Amino acid sequence: MTEAAPLFCMEGVSKRYGGVRAIEKADLDVTAGRIHAILGENGAGKSTLIKIMAGVVAPDEGRMALDGRAATFASPAAANQAGIVCIFQELSLIPDLSVADNIVISNPPTRFGMIDRGAQRRIAEEALARAGASDIHPLALVKDLPLSRRQMVEIAKALARNPRILILDEATSALTAADVSKVFIVLKRLRAEGLALLYISHRMHEIAELADECSVFRNGQKVATYAAGSKSDNEVVELMIGREYSHVFPPKPTRPKSETPPVLETRKLSWTERLRDISFSVRAGEIVGLGGLDGQGQRDLLLALFGVLRGCSGEILIDGKAVSIASPAAAKSKKIGMALIPEDRKTEGLMLPMTVRDNLSFAALDRVSHGGIVDREAERRLIDDMIKLLGIRTAGIDIAVGALSGGNQQKVVIAKWLMNQPRIILLNDPTRGIDVGTKQELYQLLRKLADAGAAIVFYSTDYDELIGCCDRVLVLYDGAVKRELVGPEITERALIASALNIDMAEVGRAAVTA
Amino acid sequence: MKDWRFWLAEQRGTLLAVGIFVMMFIIYSSNHPAGFSPNVVQTAANKGVLLAFVAMAQALVVITAGIDLSVGMIFTLTNCLASWVVVGSPLQVAMGVIVVLGVGSLCGAINGAIVIYGRLQPIVATIATGAVYFGIALALRPTPGGGVDETLADAMTGRVFGVVPASLVVLAAVVAVVWVPFSRSVTGRAAYATGSSEAAAYMSGVPIRRAKMAAYTLSGLLASIGGLFLTFFTYTGDAAYASGNAYTLFSIAAVVLGGVSLFGGKGSAIGAIFGALAFRTIGDLLFVFDFDPLWQPLFQGVVLLLAVSLGAFGLFRVRNRLDWFG
Repeated sequence: MTEAAPLFCMEGVSKRYGGVRAIEKADLDVTAGRIHAILGENGAGKSTLIKIMAGVVAPDEGRMALDGRAATFASPAAANQAGIVCIFQELSLIPDLSVADNIVISNPPTRFGMIDRGAQRRIAEEALARAGASDIHPLALVKDLPLSRRQMVEIAKALARNPRILILDEATSALTAADVSKVFIVLKRLRAEGLALLYISHRMHEIAELADECSVFRNGQKVATYAAGSKSDNEVVELMIGREYSHVFPPKPTRPKSETPPVLETRKLSWTERLRDISFSVRAGEIVGLGGLDGQGQRDLLLALFGVLRGCSGEILIDGKAVSIASPAAAKSKKIGMALIPEDRKTEGLMLPMTVRDNLSFAALDRVSHGGIVDREAERRLIDDMIKLLGIRTAGIDIAVGALSGGNQQKVVIAKWLMNQPRIILLNDPTRGIDVGTKQELYQLLRKLADAGAAIVFYSTDYDELIGCCDRVLVLYDGAVKRELVGPEITERALIASALNIDMAEVGRAAVTA
Repeated sequence: MKDWRFWLAEQRGTLLAVGIFVMMFIIYSSNHPAGFSPNVVQTAANKGVLLAFVAMAQALVVITAGIDLSVGMIFTLTNCLASWVVVGSPLQVAMGVIVVLGVGSLCGAINGAIVIYGRLQPIVATIATGAVYFGIALALRPTPGGGVDETLADAMTGRVFGVVPASLVVLAAVVAVVWVPFSRSVTGRAAYATGSSEAAAYMSGVPIRRAKMAAYTLSGLLASIGGLFLTFFTYTGDAAYASGNAYTLFSIAAVVLGGVSLFGGKGSAIGAIFGALAFRTIGDLLFVFDFDPLWQPLFQGVVLLLAVSLGAFGLFRVRNRLDWFG
């Protein structure tokens, strides 16, 4: 791996967000003419690493060098100038501009101070051809293209900038199989042309086909770099695991619940290309986890259940009867009794400048009002009960929610929905960005609610939580349920392996012999 | 493949505005006692161009996903200023015109600077600056008065070769000199990109600040051309609060009618011009059909509502209800 001098290297780079370390003393060498794969589970620091390389975020400490000379990038534009081009997971295309406009956006060809449309068209056609996507018309508007085509435009746009280092962050996640093979041909040609490629993917077979060398990240640190093919899938999974178990979970009930009819059930639930034929059921008293890598449809599934998505096909059954849930308002009605604890508490969960009281009573106003008038006394009693139940630490109920700590804010979000006494509780990664103490209280609360008869669907990107909290876990991959793990089957190894879509039998065998 | 189809799709909003205007104008002129005569066209043009300039000004800012609630006040301020300075010898008149346009651009640039560097929302920033600009206008003309070089004024509001209204010729020239270069430049492209998705524009290394600054400054310039023309028509300066506000609101209506998306990134100043002309023709239509002028606001409102509804059909295709909000 060291036969050629690295084109780009990174030494001891760290980055913290608030108190959370995203990346800690990371080293990385990138060599021209090679494809370097980066592996790691959710939150291992991969995204931060490439954001630093691409000039999106500045590192707190550490050095970077390009061609042996120290390099710092103040902006994405500066990184582009130096020849580092990144294709991000979240697309960077401008929806209202045409494909050609987008491809040349960073550096449009000009003549007499105006954009030369002829030249622009030629550059765009050339770049699309290089990306193997000549079927895309350069004058089409980006917003009219399906996701997989947009991803190809994104690749063409990167190529039009003549990069020396091309970073692909999950660039194939939205592509069809036919497109993936086209992209692979392009990537291999670029490697032959002497580009350095950094390839971030969760798809092990893609890495096996493409990569020359691999680096594994865990907890913000690089734990290994090895030549591709020198380690088995199982060894790679081992490298990716290895965090200490620091959470305390309440004991799970042992009695089987299978006799009670399911409170919530879906049959072949599908939505656009993001959800495919999802069938599962949740009984009262059960906590069902949603696992898998970030963005495999877990969030969409929760939104579909909660009536936010339009045009879903398949059935949703409540208490065994098919229902149609047309809006969150319908989902929270007494008949259905559903609550969704959203992922982004700042925009979807709370009105930050408003008081704790107002935030808490929004979802349950009809419970404490008579003839449209809010009974302030009843409201106050209910809120006090909730604050006690959840142990929300606040100076009073009339201060702005924005003044509370992240953990307490999240408790307010949960309390807000509990005021409605829901029977079905959907949680979308509720512990993201909150402290360990609050997390533990949350786990206890979830179990208490389940014991009291709630049916809970719990999506988490933290595998420990799924293992510690859930009675069953559905692992999603590409919008479909890849595997269902029950009781003792829920292990980190099984979760990661099925999340990566690795053949389970093989990993299972290795686990037995290990 | 079929390039013209893509062009058509892109220009749909603009073409719709042109269509609405042409239709209305045909109905108007065919019912006018004098018919489609140079006189009728000239009167209509002179009434229309004022709003057309202000609407163009608004369109530039709206394209960047902003909104400028001070355009009407810049229009009023420059009218008052012109009634002081566009007088005297030809040289003084020329200097006066330059001063008026310069002040308009400066007003726009101040808006831009507050929005970009002060990071205030455009709606708040321009309400505040609009009040300031009106205050200055009032200081310049506590009561209506002043004057303007009548030779220039009559030339600008008359006809070229006895047929074409001079005001339309100036409007076309402004489009050619200001709008066309802007929309085809890197800065103009950046303005569209910023309006469509500021985050994506930033990630693509687009000059966001330069684009916004240019949009606001040119917006001020265009509003001041409008103010200049108002002076040419009325021969006076008048710090009229109601009129300034009406121009601001009508400019937003014209922009929407002209197919410029209030979410930014879509539409053109040409569309806004035709939106403005169509909006003005609505009022004239009532006149030729002998309606009581009292009905004019109601009728304009209904037409605007219908036009806006056309643009809202896209919402029926939304698959994720959260997209309705953002």
